[in-house]
Amino acid sequence: MSDLDPAFHDHAGRPIVVVTGIGLVTPLGFGTEANWAALLAGTSGIRRITRFPTAHLRTTIAGTVDLPEEADGPMLTSSERVGRMAALAAEEALAQAGLGATGGFPGPLMLGMPPVEVEWPHRFDLAARVEGEPRYKGLTEAATGLESLFGTACFGGVGERLAQRFGTLGAPIAITTACATGASAIQLGVEAIQRGETEAAIAIGADGTVQPEALIRFSLLSALSTRNDDPARAPRPFEKTRDGFIMSEGAACLVLESLAHARARGAVVLGRVRGCGEKSDSFHRTRSNPDGGAIIKAMRNAIADAGLTPADISYVNAHGTSTPENDKMETLGLRAVFGEQVPPISSNKSMIGHTLSASGAIEAAFSLLTLRDQMLPPTINHVEPDPAIGLDVVPNFSRAAKVTNVLSNSFGFGGQNVCLVLSGETV
Amino acid sequence: MPHEVWITGLGLVSALGEGRAAHRAAFAAGTPSPLDAVSHAPFALHPAPVLELDRQIPKKGDQRQMEPWQRLGTYAAGLALDDAGARALAPEMDLIVAAGGGERDLALDEAVLTALAPLPPAEAALRLNEMLANGLRPTLFLAQLSNLLAGNISIVHGVTGASRTFMGEEQAGADAVRVAAARVAEGRSPAALVGGAFAAARWDVLLLYHSGGLLRRGASFAPVFARGNAPGAIPGTLAAFLVLESADLARGRGARGLARIEGMACEQARRDGTDTSLAAARRAAARLDLPDGPLVVISGATGMAGPAGAESVFLAGLDRAITLRAAGNRFGWGVEASFPASLAMAALALAYAKLPAPLDATEAPFDGAPEKILVTGFGAWRGEALALLGRIPEESQP
Repeated sequence: MSDLDPAFHDHAGRPIVVVTGIGLVTPLGFGTEANWAALLAGTSGIRRITRFPTAHLRTTIAGTVDLPEEADGPMLTSSERVGRMAALAAEEALAQAGLGATGGFPGPLMLGMPPVEVEWPHRFDLAARVEGEPRYKGLTEAATGLESLFGTACFGGVGERLAQRFGTLGAPIAITTACATGASAIQLGVEAIQRGETEAAIAIGADGTVQPEALIRFSLLSALSTRNDDPARAPRPFEKTRDGFIMSEGAACLVLESLAHARARGAVVLGRVRGCGEKSDSFHRTRSNPDGGAIIKAMRNAIADAGLTPADISYVNAHGTSTPENDKMETLGLRAVFGEQVPPISSNKSMIGHTLSASGAIEAAFSLLTLRDQMLPPTINHVEPDPAIGLDVVPNFSRAAKVTNVLSNSFGFGGQNVCLVLSGETV
Repeated sequence: MPHEVWITGLGLVSALGEGRAAHRAAFAAGTPSPLDAVSHAPFALHPAPVLELDRQIPKKGDQRQMEPWQRLGTYAAGLALDDAGARALAPEMDLIVAAGGGERDLALDEAVLTALAPLPPAEAALRLNEMLANGLRPTLFLAQLSNLLAGNISIVHGVTGASRTFMGEEQAGADAVRVAAARVAEGRSPAALVGGAFAAARWDVLLLYHSGGLLRRGASFAPVFARGNAPGAIPGTLAAFLVLESADLARGRGARGLARIEGMACEQARRDGTDTSLAAARRAAARLDLPDGPLVVISGATGMAGPAGAESVFLAGLDRAITLRAAGNRFGWGVEASFPASLAMAALALAYAKLPAPLDATEAPFDGAPEKILVTGFGAWRGEALALLGRIPEESQP
């Protein structure tokens, strides 16, 4: 490693990976600065669902992004929403980075997104073409020649269209690790740069699954808040009366580059992805092992990967879903990692809800803005502290703080745990 | 690559059977893969073999938490761990899965459409909520969720290192292996369990692939490079998982390698005339250190005419004698499982110094011991992936 320039390589001799562009779409708005201002102001993006009828649903609130394309017509399907929001976030990030904005990005696309499929509007369209009972065999015959349906509903479709639009190199990778997806996408990009496969990568986390069936499926898992009468006050991460997460949607894009590549082209460096850690859990499909072992290991792995110790972490952008289980287990994990010195933590989900496959990327973006402005975003709706939590959750109001390194947590169903360390310093 | 990456175990389930021995025997005999031309006519498919799930998924409770493709994949993942003798590595092993999805409660979908399709859209939307809220089983969501194959492998087999689930049909299977191998090669991870699964006999997934024009119509089998006026893929139930590890780790624990991964490259042409499959495959090939002279190729051709034609031109352009074996002639089209299964087939050929018996005129006889095998993956819709596998010299084995 003696021939490596220490200014451009980390403690493990790997290229330093920095962020040179950020794009954001959430229920708080379009664009990074609009989102950040709303977040610091403690604004809620949760509201009553108006996009589809909510009769017979146990939860009737969500965070929703109103796409201009939907203003006068039917709602887009999830796959289309994911692609549209991902493209909006990528456009903003690439423009800021000044890289690949002309449709020729010099690296791969790492796309975190939910699984997509043929949806109810498609099935109803197909059923209308079937004479007699709409059985699957007849629906399949009716789908003959509908290549646009395949392009919409196949797994590779969203990434293919984004790769085409932004001219990324190689095969786009679409990844899903449940609620850790956005962080996994960033991790894939960071690793590709660290390995020297590429000097730059686009990492996106996007989700658009606020639709009836997805809402019902999460409801049936008893994962969602039913505080329907007061949408803005429903998400209450780490608060005593929290009763579940609130589905939401959005997208974030980070343009990742080696520091050497960014410096050579004179790009403005917005921050650094200093470490990534993951550890999967084998305990249960939706619950962490009660010992918190995997989430503790994921946090420790990320901090060690960054070449840091827990004392170097100034703030934690918590996963903080507002489910009784997650927030309890995350607290247990934080206490195990940080002991008596748990730094301030807060949950962006108190304002934007749980954007699922997008959340890891959205929260990484907000972590970089936290570093830039030295401002901690709040955990809103903090009315009745949970004595079992007892942490500084930056209650209700943002505040200034000295922030050097941020730990951003993402924990998902299926035992998927991914943590990132973001840093304002590049050395 | 600082670490040499070996394939030390494979878990293979196809219409030909399960496991290393059954597939070796079928390959050697040139056994045609069973074909079910009735259950999903007008589409034929290669059916699943009968599996004793209890052997790899001992708890009935776990089996009930999964739909068919999760069970199939979890089963094959266990086979791979056993084949590699790698159970002890599981806690720190990477797990990279190329996920399927799209499995539905078919009866519920049909009941909903029968009841609601005749109604005005606004009324249908209201009733849809009601029928889904009352009709969906709570456990079904996770049993069908793409990343829960990895979740179930973690739970059932205790694989708890990095866990990642890739989506994107055949290309996801190729990129899963590429990333897994890269992580082992750079020393980031000691070992990886990587692969995918596909349950063919399901109308919900056939609907999707047929909408893309990817399926061959008709009751008969034809070799993938000779589907003439009835092109398209014949889907086949398939699961393929590989255990990858560094050569040092394998030698240290006395595990023989089947083959070593000498290079992998994934491209994805737009296939729109400006960027062809042929050009993409050539970009990928330029990243591999292909040996001079005659070459053995295990092709992932699907039976789709366009990509098969591009592949033929690509192989001819390598300008040497090519001995071809098509994985799709034996397994059918296994979507996400296809590339890992082709690699498994190549690994067996290298480990046992024997290519599968020819099945048609495009597969020339070959009696020698292959030293290197090029594995291709031209996806039915998108994706051009290549891998170069090499025989592990006896003196390198433990």
